[in-house]
Amino acid sequence: MGHWEESRYAEVLVDVETQITTFDSINLDCGVTLGPIDCAYETYGELNQNHTNAILVTHAFSGDAHAAGIEKIGGQLGWWDNMIGPGRAFDTDKYFVICANVLGGCKGSTGPSSKDPATGKPYGMGFPVITIADMVRLQRKLTEFLGIPKLLAVAGGSMGGMQALQWAVQYPDAVAASIPIASTARHSAQQIAFNEVGRQAVMADPDWNGGDYYIGKPPARGLAVARMVGHITYMSDESMRQKFGRRTRENDDIFEVESYLRYRGSQFVDRFDANSYLYITKAMDLFDLTHNGEKTLTAALESASTRFLVISFTSDWLYPSYQSQEIVNALRRRNHDVAYCELESNYGHDAFLVQVNEQTELVKGFLAKTFKELNR
Amino acid sequence: MAQLAVHNDIISKIIEPGSRVLDLGCGDADLLAWLAENKNVDARGVELDPQKVQRAISRGVSAYQGDLEQCLYDYPNAAFDYVILSQTLLEVRQPLKVLREMLRVGKRIIVAFPNFGHWSVRMAHLFTGRAPKNKLFPHDWYDSPNIHFLTVHDFEMLAAKEGWTVERNIYLAGTEPLHAMPNFFAETAVFLIRQ
Repeated sequence: MGHWEESRYAEVLVDVETQITTFDSINLDCGVTLGPIDCAYETYGELNQNHTNAILVTHAFSGDAHAAGIEKIGGQLGWWDNMIGPGRAFDTDKYFVICANVLGGCKGSTGPSSKDPATGKPYGMGFPVITIADMVRLQRKLTEFLGIPKLLAVAGGSMGGMQALQWAVQYPDAVAASIPIASTARHSAQQIAFNEVGRQAVMADPDWNGGDYYIGKPPARGLAVARMVGHITYMSDESMRQKFGRRTRENDDIFEVESYLRYRGSQFVDRFDANSYLYITKAMDLFDLTHNGEKTLTAALESASTRFLVISFTSDWLYPSYQSQEIVNALRRRNHDVAYCELESNYGHDAFLVQVNEQTELVKGFLAKTFKELNR
Repeated sequence: MAQLAVHNDIISKIIEPGSRVLDLGCGDADLLAWLAENKNVDARGVELDPQKVQRAISRGVSAYQGDLEQCLYDYPNAAFDYVILSQTLLEVRQPLKVLREMLRVGKRIIVAFPNFGHWSVRMAHLFTGRAPKNKLFPHDWYDSPNIHFLTVHDFEMLAAKEGWTVERNIYLAGTEPLHAMPNFFAETAVFLIRQ
């Protein structure tokens, strides 16, 4: 990498602001029509004249619309800033990048903590069950609102990868490429199990109060425990050994790892809604492209006409490589255009957020090819 | 690697523009990237080495990280116009099974391999009494990826036995095409075959 590129690499988008647009209603998988619906989103870069350079980045379970750059208010860096920006994997000099908070979230898009127009109070447990497909429906409304008939790509890790897959199946004509990273076509028993532990921790907290806690205290202890479990699953034995070992805090009787998890837990409580935790983890568990084995994955991907780049990581035991390979093999059975790489990493599931250089190479080459084909 | 470049040069001349190509053991995708750029082919590759796969994808080639012997079974019949096996025939565990699968998956297959019948190999064996190690077979016996060795003649006999149609056979000594006594003089052979 030359000097010039290095300096470009250091460039960060500044004064980024989340915007909110409101749609009348949305028809959900469960049969409910929900409305009005707020959708919080951010965009980076410029939409080209033919509207063919738009990329939707989809966030993981606890993410939000602030994917890149430095927030105008608060100064926070986006959750995938190392991948989105000038000269980066999702190069904002070339592409128009969009990220939106998912339906059911608590960062500006409508979710269980939003006010129910019928009662004037937060939905709480009155919020309908939502699915990954419902999240994608809202994203489709947003891209239509932004004047984009066909996305160049949808890309995301973990739950973001589920959305990338769902897009390819649900709106094959509205997206040219799908990039699911460290993801799956359906949750395994183990993945559902960890989510259930988190949900039970939230609901076992008396402050949860059946989901009706918005005027009182939130279920902070339960939500913190849920998050602690989550963080264990995002790391690997190796990365935890390197990061914490058996070190203890100075003047303190607790292990580094305990302190870290407690910190992460309490920090999460300040930024996340417990009911959103329940609804979104449920949506992940319900996600299954094969509809409970009604059809094979190969058949489920029949409608997809997009190119695919699938990435997994060697040390990711929460979303193991075999789940990515299942997707890839199903696509190969259809003789579908798919690229697949299992990247070497010690970081566990977190790798998709931190293993930047390798992902950048893959994504850049794949997007350039897709862009060339789309604009032929 | 010079040998690989020669193979790629010949193979790239065989392949028709706009066709669908699967390269087994595609490495960094030198050949596929060239074909995509210059012959507008739909280029797919299979490669076991993750770093090579990474470079192939970064060049815009749809490479798949996997074992070519296992992955072939997934592709539908006649999915490709050409399936290429260059250099790698000597490394696969079950060459005949792979060749048959290639002929199922591809309308035509291109197979390139170094000729174990080349005079230099015969001489090396005859005069040193050791396993041949030279330009064509550069490895010591104990660290060679090659587990099957064959001559031009061996391959021709197999093609006849299996009833394959050899559409083209190109024999090379250095970079020059060869017309006489290929089993003795050819360093490498490239076959274009259909069922």
